[in-house]
Amino acid sequence: MSDTIIKVENLSKRYRIGLQEKRADTFAQQLWNNLKAPVENFRRIQSLGKFEAEEESVHWALKDVSFEVKQGEVLGIIGKNGAGKSTLLKILSKITEPTSGRIEMHGRVAALLEVGTGFHPELTGRENIYMNGTILGMTKKEIDRKLDEIIDFSGVEKYIDTPVKYYSSGMRVRLGFSVAAHLEPEILIIDEVLAVGDYEFQQKCLGKMEDVSQKEGRTVLFVSHNMAMMKNLCKSGLLLEKGYIEFQGNINETIDNYIREIESEKKFNELITSQEGKEIYIEFVNFSGEFITGGKIDLLFGVFNKLKGKNVEFSVSFSTLDGTPALQYYSGHMGEIFKLSKGKNQIKVRIEKLPLVNGIYYINLWLGSKGMSYDFHRKYKRIEVKAGRIIDNGPICTFNNYPVINPAIWEKNDG
Amino acid sequence: MNLVIIKPSNGWKLVDFKELWRYKDLLYFLTVRGIKARYAQSILGIGWAIIQPLFTTLVFTVVFGGLAKVDSDGMPYILFSYLALWPWSYFSGTLTDSANSLVANAGMITKVYFPRLILPLSSIFSKLLDFGISFIVLLGLLIYFQVLPGWGVVFLPLLLLQLLMCSLGIGMILSAMAVQYRDVKYALTFIVQLLLYGAPVVYSTTAVPEEWQFAYSLNPMVGVIEGIRAGFLDRPMPWEWIWPGTIVAVLLFVFGLFYFRRMERVFADVA
Repeated sequence: MSDTIIKVENLSKRYRIGLQEKRADTFAQQLWNNLKAPVENFRRIQSLGKFEAEEESVHWALKDVSFEVKQGEVLGIIGKNGAGKSTLLKILSKITEPTSGRIEMHGRVAALLEVGTGFHPELTGRENIYMNGTILGMTKKEIDRKLDEIIDFSGVEKYIDTPVKYYSSGMRVRLGFSVAAHLEPEILIIDEVLAVGDYEFQQKCLGKMEDVSQKEGRTVLFVSHNMAMMKNLCKSGLLLEKGYIEFQGNINETIDNYIREIESEKKFNELITSQEGKEIYIEFVNFSGEFITGGKIDLLFGVFNKLKGKNVEFSVSFSTLDGTPALQYYSGHMGEIFKLSKGKNQIKVRIEKLPLVNGIYYINLWLGSKGMSYDFHRKYKRIEVKAGRIIDNGPICTFNNYPVINPAIWEKNDG
Repeated sequence: MNLVIIKPSNGWKLVDFKELWRYKDLLYFLTVRGIKARYAQSILGIGWAIIQPLFTTLVFTVVFGGLAKVDSDGMPYILFSYLALWPWSYFSGTLTDSANSLVANAGMITKVYFPRLILPLSSIFSKLLDFGISFIVLLGLLIYFQVLPGWGVVFLPLLLLQLLMCSLGIGMILSAMAVQYRDVKYALTFIVQLLLYGAPVVYSTTAVPEEWQFAYSLNPMVGVIEGIRAGFLDRPMPWEWIWPGTIVAVLLFVFGLFYFRRMERVFADVA
């Protein structure tokens, strides 16, 4: 199935942000301003919904956004705070109108921008299920039918006839999500709401999300800052930046673009400066070689030791962009312990064949001994590994869900 | 599969009644929520629906009937004022509730789509329970004073319809305004009090000067109150007091429907 289910064309949304208040220099001025305040307030509040010319108080939350979503696609929308993600979702879910542009959607839409909308603390869990369900567009009949399932999923059946005000916040969230999980729209719009509840419940929600998207083939638009979750759930991605579409493609490329965008604002220094109070520390690290799959890399540590003699171990490790550990080179694993002399020392390590597939990674550096950490640089440097060959004359390896790859011997048994 | 098209809207449009009907269950649960939440964790609970109008009537009876000796057309003052306070307290209550309904539920408006009209509508409906209960008190008073209602009570449903249209009409206008201008909330408390003296609640219409009678009757509540009094006290229906108010109530209701719809699109942005 590849029919277009959502078609967004040149969508723009303009907001008016509050103008800065005028400041008075004298008491009389202040008094005069206060007297004039009602008139000023009236003009300002009235103009909240009106726009004439371009002014400084006008803010474009979305500008000329166009994209299409196919039937059954799970689209992850990412971007920094204020990039326009929530505005886009609000327009898609009809909460607010666009300033210009047009959207065509085929099918029933349910939007989940918040868990438990409409919950009233004085009502019981059961009553709130009906409240929340009907707000989300379900009918009483539909809820009647699914009530047991909803209560069961929430895991609060013991307290279902207790007013919600006595619930813990976690219970409230679980109940809210359970209602939402039992919606049956053709298009589901979800804002960062899965990051709630305890770990177990989160896993349950994720499972439900996978069911919804993969087994039931529904179209899902999903906003989250949890990149691991995005990679898991989404196939394609949309990167928003200041109201514009910055990138559109598969989810991995989109996330890489997003991280690149964030990281480009940070500065990386080769010389490590945070050495205060440390007895043994890494002064510098020199890299030589190329970050490419199967590539050879030499690292030279400059280490300074303030103590007399000390036995230490080193670790160079790589983690993926969301911080997941991927690969480690630890001298201890090789049985190597280095005796440092007082003052400057140099330690070399060579990585013969880098087993990472193409993508962006962080290098972490560690120096210590027997569980004792002398110096640790998490996310010391961000690197990009290019696609290469893991065996000589083999094919170029590219990312296929797993960051670390290794050669193995593959054979077909005859007979 | 149904096609949804989202684009900027403009101009005056009527409320989408088909969509409203689809959300009738939401209206029901919001109404129930309104009732339950109002009397939750109170000892007397729904009893307050009786106490409030009854005590106001007693105060009016002492102050206006006893001390100020306001003319009550020759009937017991307590009955005279309760017959007016019954629709009046419904009117003032729904006005305050529905005007605040959108602001009070701003969290819902900015997080999920549903026909916004449901909110003021549910305030109007949830007050109907109080209205019904205070009607029982009215019956008690009628029995106590041994008053037999006249044939005019057959017009009661029409008068109540006028009351509903008037409440809902003003409620829609005020709630839509209150989203943008929070002044409505503060102004309303004393405007409702002022309005009380613009309707024949504590005094009789005979106190209104001849030349002002038409202007006075434009207030829809005048006709509602006078009609109810005439019906229950077996007097000729005062049509000259009723029809101008009916026209105003219909106009308010229709204008409210259009105005609400027009303002609806900015609710989520300014709430």
